[in-house]
Amino acid sequence: MAGAGGGNSDVQWCFSQVKGAIDDDVAEADIISTVEFNHSGELLATGDKGGRVVIFQQEPETKNQPQCRGEYNVYSTFQSHEPEFDYLKSLEIEEKINKIRWLPQKNAAQFLLSTNDKTIKLWKISERDKRPEGYNLKEEDGRYRDLNTVTTLRVPVFRPMDLMVEASPRRVFANAHTYHINSISVNSDCETYLSADDLRINLWNLEINDRSFNIVDIKPANMEELTEVITAAEFHPNQCNTFVYSSSKGTIRLCDMRASALCDQHAKQFEEPEDPNNRSFFSEIISSISDVKFSHSGRYMMTRDYLSVKIWDLNMESRPVETYQVHEYLRSKLCSLYENDCIFDKFECCWNGNDSVVMTGSYNNFFRMFDRGYRQDVTLEASRENSKPRSVLKPRKVSTGGKRKKDEISVDSLDFNKKILHTAWHPLDNIIAVATTNNLYIFQEKLN
Amino acid sequence: MSGDHEETQTAEEMQVDGKGVQDKMINPEKSEEAKLKARYPNLGNKPGGSDLLRKRLQKGQKYFDSGDYNMAKAKIKNKQLPTAAAPEKTEITGDHIPTPQDLPQRKPSLVASKLAG
Repeated sequence: MAGAGGGNSDVQWCFSQVKGAIDDDVAEADIISTVEFNHSGELLATGDKGGRVVIFQQEPETKNQPQCRGEYNVYSTFQSHEPEFDYLKSLEIEEKINKIRWLPQKNAAQFLLSTNDKTIKLWKISERDKRPEGYNLKEEDGRYRDLNTVTTLRVPVFRPMDLMVEASPRRVFANAHTYHINSISVNSDCETYLSADDLRINLWNLEINDRSFNIVDIKPANMEELTEVITAAEFHPNQCNTFVYSSSKGTIRLCDMRASALCDQHAKQFEEPEDPNNRSFFSEIISSISDVKFSHSGRYMMTRDYLSVKIWDLNMESRPVETYQVHEYLRSKLCSLYENDCIFDKFECCWNGNDSVVMTGSYNNFFRMFDRGYRQDVTLEASRENSKPRSVLKPRKVSTGGKRKKDEISVDSLDFNKKILHTAWHPLDNIIAVATTNNLYIFQEKLN
Repeated sequence: MSGDHEETQTAEEMQVDGKGVQDKMINPEKSEEAKLKARYPNLGNKPGGSDLLRKRLQKGQKYFDSGDYNMAKAKIKNKQLPTAAAPEKTEITGDHIPTPQDLPQRKPSLVASKLAG
């Protein structure tokens, strides 16, 4: 196993880049809250607690260094959301970006949806590399010319200029959610998208921002009877009528929008039966699903709960087809994890391009990869100590028994403040983006 | 050698503690639950349920009532507006009428993200 870096049996991962401040004093605004590659993998977007979006662009591969895939450099950055206070409801609305989702590219510009707790925005990111010069009525600096000095007419021409990347908000989708938005998902029809909060899911048309259709509503008539909330939702990658949503009770419901306008009745419900003898105070909390992601093929979906990752076959509702333990050693630490609130951490998960490997984060800046075909898993670490360019990442191990081997770390030494909640995998290549609290790490497959 | 010693010890422990140790090995969750209940005897018996959910749904709630505030402003007229509460209070309730000044000032970040630095 020493040779296997992880993922596919012979893939080794190397450090490529790290973005963000080095100092330990982390400003709250700098906490990364979402990471997402676009559909080609050329662009990588991050959102943070301060409401800002930073987009990185991959440099084209150079002939000088064919061993290295292009580096990601800053392409655009903008303030997506700002803090608000709803005086009527006495509600503070955080500017934290909960999710970013890219639209498939249709023309020269790029579009993404970004959302905070209450408002979704459609941003257009476009390049400008030419500007018109030679106006008749204006000077080059914009001042209007004295008309008496205009004696001839000329035709303005476009001249090249330094590349400028502009981000502009094209649509603001507001006032449709009473509760906090946790997910957005663009439909494969590229015309609609869904937004989900704790109790409701709404369907929008990307062109229309003053109307949205409610398609799921699980709010009970009497709030005292509330037993579960929606934790994540996603559209199927190629069936535009199908979406799933997960709950805090560990169930996933698949809905078909052709069946009825309001999809409160699910078409399928995925739930793993629980042994009632093993039930404890913590059972429901740790079964809460923090993320759900369809495979690229659309045949499977993956869910992340507190301790594990599960792969479900859409054709089988009774139980997952694969279960991977992320950090089972935490089961005997649940009491302290409840006291320090870590038990409520929402970890995300992601698939690689061909659905053969899945990845998710853990504590101590560890992240885990599970190779579904080779049945191998590996734990890697995102840290500045392993940040020499192209240095290969060494697998990490947490020791659970009494004896701790050299290079292993004991469960009690894990730093629970260093959580990797957000990871993303390039849609085509073995390039991954891993977010620690305030740094973004990019790792690439070692190419010989 | 030390390995053997450990094994013997475990076996002895099991003979003394019997079911207790076995339970911990079989179900660490239940022993963690017992620990939690020992520390917080008033913890509700409802397993992790509605209270947590309701707390989650109320995230972001601050205590500011625009009606109360405007009524108080109108009553006071020429006198001074209600002053800000003592800084050590995190929640403002009771007779004090919160003012917009009491709420934590939230301004958008004017500083660029350090990821772009």
